[in-house]
Amino acid sequence: MNLLQGGNRHQIARRRKIDFCLHLLFAAATSVGVIALCALLIDIIIDGISRLQPGLFENFPSRRAERAGMKSAIVGSMYMLCIMLPISFVLGVGAAIWLEEYAGKNRFTRLIQLNISTLAGVPSIVYGILGLTLFVRLLMLQRSLLAGALTMTILVLPIIIVSAQEALRAVPKSRRDASYALGANRWQTVSRAVLPSALPGILTGVILAMSRAIGETAPLIMIGALTYVAFLPKHMLDQFTVMPIQIYNWLSRPQPEFHELAAAGIIVLLAMLLLMNFAAILLRNKFSKIS
Amino acid sequence: MSKMRKGFLPLLIAAVMVFAAACGSGSGESNESNGGTTSGAGGSNNANQSTNAPANESNGGQNNGGAESAAQKLSGSIEIDGSSTVYPLTEAAAEEYAAEQPDVRVTVGVSGTGGGFERFCAGEIPIADASRPIKDSEAQACSEAGIAYTELSVAYDGLSVVVSKDNDWVDYLTVEELNKIFAQGSTVKTWADVREGWPAEEIKMFSPGADSGTYDYFNEVILEKAGIRSDGQISFSEDDNTLVQGVAGNKGGIGYFGFAYYEENTDKLKVVPIDGGNGPIEPTLDTIKDGSYSPLSRPLYIYVSNKALEERPEVKDFVRFYIENIGGMAKEVGYVPLPDEKYAEEAAKIKV
Repeated sequence: MNLLQGGNRHQIARRRKIDFCLHLLFAAATSVGVIALCALLIDIIIDGISRLQPGLFENFPSRRAERAGMKSAIVGSMYMLCIMLPISFVLGVGAAIWLEEYAGKNRFTRLIQLNISTLAGVPSIVYGILGLTLFVRLLMLQRSLLAGALTMTILVLPIIIVSAQEALRAVPKSRRDASYALGANRWQTVSRAVLPSALPGILTGVILAMSRAIGETAPLIMIGALTYVAFLPKHMLDQFTVMPIQIYNWLSRPQPEFHELAAAGIIVLLAMLLLMNFAAILLRNKFSKIS
Repeated sequence: MSKMRKGFLPLLIAAVMVFAAACGSGSGESNESNGGTTSGAGGSNNANQSTNAPANESNGGQNNGGAESAAQKLSGSIEIDGSSTVYPLTEAAAEEYAAEQPDVRVTVGVSGTGGGFERFCAGEIPIADASRPIKDSEAQACSEAGIAYTELSVAYDGLSVVVSKDNDWVDYLTVEELNKIFAQGSTVKTWADVREGWPAEEIKMFSPGADSGTYDYFNEVILEKAGIRSDGQISFSEDDNTLVQGVAGNKGGIGYFGFAYYEENTDKLKVVPIDGGNGPIEPTLDTIKDGSYSPLSRPLYIYVSNKALEERPEVKDFVRFYIENIGGMAKEVGYVPLPDEKYAEEAAKIKV
């Protein structure tokens, strides 16, 4: 108290000024991102809104812009997610549970941990090369939906593992202790005490990972997802295309009508992304209330 | 509460299983390979459906494949890959062909001319799109793999040299001048260095990237394979629309790309007539078609595996359809059709 009243009023005023300046700076930093996103959204919507018609969802690709749609791309993206989701959920959450609950902290697990965090930052095209050699060539899956989904699974696995680990770590130790005290074994503890309260965090991570996968192009181009596909994939080894590839193709055309189509495609993609992120938030809120 | 939690995990697992099962259904079906004459899942439908394929208009007499197609429905899948420049043509052909033979599934990828040949010579695909003739090294890879092929030209593209609308001094350029501007080691800094009397406006060049067939062609006919300059004055982009923006936004800009990109941007760009020795010629549908827009008028190709032509009726029929009908669709996607007699010549190649 003495210090405050004692006379350093000048200094305090200076600190306040610095605080105020930094406040402005941080607000500006935040707004850069928001403004950029808004500008992008507005630009895209102006370009694409006129093409956002049922035809976009009902038609296959075409050389005529008015007849072109992205039905096969939308369905291809959806199917890919359907295949990815269970595989990456089981593998990712399983790995996280093992690392957090079962494995001890030793050199080996630290090495794995380091690997996983490194993999999370590897450029996506590298996963494309891996997918091409491993799934397309070695496992002879050809350029199929399954090969694409598996490649994407590998791409998002590190993200899912890391986020699931964090969610598991956030469960208080007392919960586990209580479960053990009641005589539960490890799996009982994990499945009934730890997982339910970690689930919202895990699901959020999984959904965010899925929304990353849906926007990825590079690895799929690498493994040879096609551009003109005028049918819906019938089974997992069928050929496919996805939304970002279709959008990219439209953007590289000379005709402005295709650029509008691409903008409309981007709106659809963004809407799907927002929907998924929204679902992540909803899930988190719902389950955090329960537990 | 605790019951709810207990119930959730099995529920989730069950949901996941159902998901997986739903997605996986049909995975046990015969997986179709690329090679061979697969009749696929649609095979059984064929017998039931009596709808005839629409009569096809062939200009050069019915060939064997054509006669077959009118009589019977074909099925199978044809995978095509290669140049993104040829893509719109093949897409158009595939789209129209689907009306004639709905059970033949044609897919088209855009791995680039080089990437397409790589897959073609590995025997993965029966047809490759190419915006340049096959290179010696690629041809060697093909022959080592025992793949014989037929080259068919499907349309022309006129590489258009363009400058900004604000550029009021360029009336035409000779091939030598183009070489002087773009060649490796070029000392051209301003337009005044290109021809005397032109203003000392800094020259900004825009070129497709070295991976594209467009660059390959330009390098061959204009730069005499010497390679393009790479310094601060030139920008490369794989996206031709970026090149359009670049040239349009720079008073001293110059660039080259496919005719279609000029055609769609005539309000922003000024096309430069090129003097290849017979006076300056502007690229138009007519000058590209009759070959007078030389040397920048280039043919686009598809390469077809001879083995696939012989053994797979659907491939042969699709190629026949492609050659017979692409002339009418080329203009629509921004390319220039070959003269009719040239199409007849190409059709003759696959009659064997």
